[in-house]
Amino acid sequence: FLSFLPERSNLTGVRHILLVLSGKGGVGKSTISTELALSLRHSGKKVGILDVDLCGPSIPRMFRVQDNAVHQCNSGWVPVFVDQDKSISLMSIGFLLEKPDDAVVWRGPKKNALIKQFVADVAWGDLDFLIVDTPPGTSDEHISTVEALRPYKLHGVILVTTPQAVSVGDVRRELTFCKKMGLHILGIVENMSGFVCPHCSECTNIFSKGGGEELAKHAGVPFLGCVPLDPQLSQSLEEGRDFIQEFPKSSAFPALACIAQRILDSMSQQSS
Amino acid sequence: LMSVADCPGSSSAQAGRAAACQGCPNQRLCAAGAAAPDPAEADELRERLSGVKHTVVVLSGKGGVGKSTFSALLAHGLAADEAKQVALLDIDICGPSIPKMMGLEGEQVHQSGSGWSPVYVEENLGVMSVGFLLSSPDDAVIWRGPKKNGLIKQFLRDVDWGEVDYLIVDTPPGTSDEHLSIVQYLSAVHIDGAVIITTPQEVSLQDVRKEINFCHKVKLPIIGVVENMSGFICPKCKNESQIFPPTTGGAEKMCQNLNVPLLGKVPLDPQIGKSCDKGQCFLSEAPESPATSSYRNIIQRIQEYCDQHHFQEEKII
Repeated sequence: FLSFLPERSNLTGVRHILLVLSGKGGVGKSTISTELALSLRHSGKKVGILDVDLCGPSIPRMFRVQDNAVHQCNSGWVPVFVDQDKSISLMSIGFLLEKPDDAVVWRGPKKNALIKQFVADVAWGDLDFLIVDTPPGTSDEHISTVEALRPYKLHGVILVTTPQAVSVGDVRRELTFCKKMGLHILGIVENMSGFVCPHCSECTNIFSKGGGEELAKHAGVPFLGCVPLDPQLSQSLEEGRDFIQEFPKSSAFPALACIAQRILDSMSQQSS
Repeated sequence: LMSVADCPGSSSAQAGRAAACQGCPNQRLCAAGAAAPDPAEADELRERLSGVKHTVVVLSGKGGVGKSTFSALLAHGLAADEAKQVALLDIDICGPSIPKMMGLEGEQVHQSGSGWSPVYVEENLGVMSVGFLLSSPDDAVIWRGPKKNGLIKQFLRDVDWGEVDYLIVDTPPGTSDEHLSIVQYLSAVHIDGAVIITTPQEVSLQDVRKEINFCHKVKLPIIGVVENMSGFICPKCKNESQIFPPTTGGAEKMCQNLNVPLLGKVPLDPQIGKSCDKGQCFLSEAPESPATSSYRNIIQRIQEYCDQHHFQEEKII
């Protein structure tokens, strides 16, 4: 497969690329990708999200643009903007399906081809950050995405886990994947870390506690923080609302804001 | 603008030959029939799995909804009847959770004259997973589709399952290589049906509807849907919270719309995660939990389904 780079590619205007990974499914990769994008937008940044989960694309709905279509321009596909400001743009297979319930039943090679197109053919323009949201695992999508992104400014990986051992067990393997692929780990997020009952404020560790932090220590990578279970966050994602703007007093807000700040800090560290 | 829905599917008769196939990188593979099961292979698999009476595949479009948790508990539940022989096959190659959940971490696969031996957790409950083939918990299986398919075929062909009343297959999330392969390879035998796991919120349901469509596409009967993580009762004040809110009516509405049975709803219980982490059976650890009675009811319905749909084995002479 010959790949050559023209001098100006669709990713030339993207300042930093972040990859959100987990070995485990359902830990909150798309959630963290979404909330990170919203937080960065509120800090005045222009952000894009590339959703390479071809079987279960969650990103469009999280921004309430699931019914939008993708248009073409001279340089390729125009990403879907979530609002008039055009400060957040998205690309996902979700926009390409005729019917939302259509199953994308593809084997590896066909998935790989679309991912290459997604990386090369989306006319992102100028972005401060491109966040790449991935499906769980260490297979075709992950190998193809990393290979396609090699020539570009891949700033680093955010690994998401939930606290319990079953999740951490898969994320350990994802860490190995990152090492083998030569990826820089920005840090680990421990999601769904505790639930504070809205009625009586009792905290219950529904999915255990501490596994993500321990893993970060064990692996010698930064720990970005614990995000608690927050029904207002779940609701916002369901309805495609801006949680960062609408629920600053909610229990998950401080942790999510902190993660975004740490990412911004890591950018300025890098440039200095 | 591409139309993803135009792909005829790699196992259809039109594979590689439809108009939409032009330019698809998979085209040659599909047209050569490489995706279709080889008749000699099919015979080999049929022979090997001839002792398996019932097969249940546990699916979800969505990750992290509790497929492995449910598969493990289903296996334990069915194996509670010591007269039944149960087999649990984990085909999640990248994220094999089953060994940990069954308390079998660190176990290795042994070879015998008749093939690979499953790892037995009880005399009547045997397990197979890629987890048993990895020497370290940090080992990553970084394989593309074809290699994953090869291992799945080996699991079915080379494991000496013996006489099995129930074979339960735990899958990774999605509708891709692993799912196509297991349906293809097991078409040599017979799959009673699929149990589909979801959580109540639309973010899950939107993936699960795709999985239901996948089942229709490959003609896999659906035993029913399980709604997991369905509400949480605070242990202190006993009030219920919907942590994963059913904003579009939950699994109940989806099942009504798509005309598939809802097997049951299981609430969140912190003990479930703990038991899984410790490799213990939640049903035995927390017999009084509302989640336990939900699981038990669902397991019973699955057993009844299998017994009713007892397939007449056609001995091809």
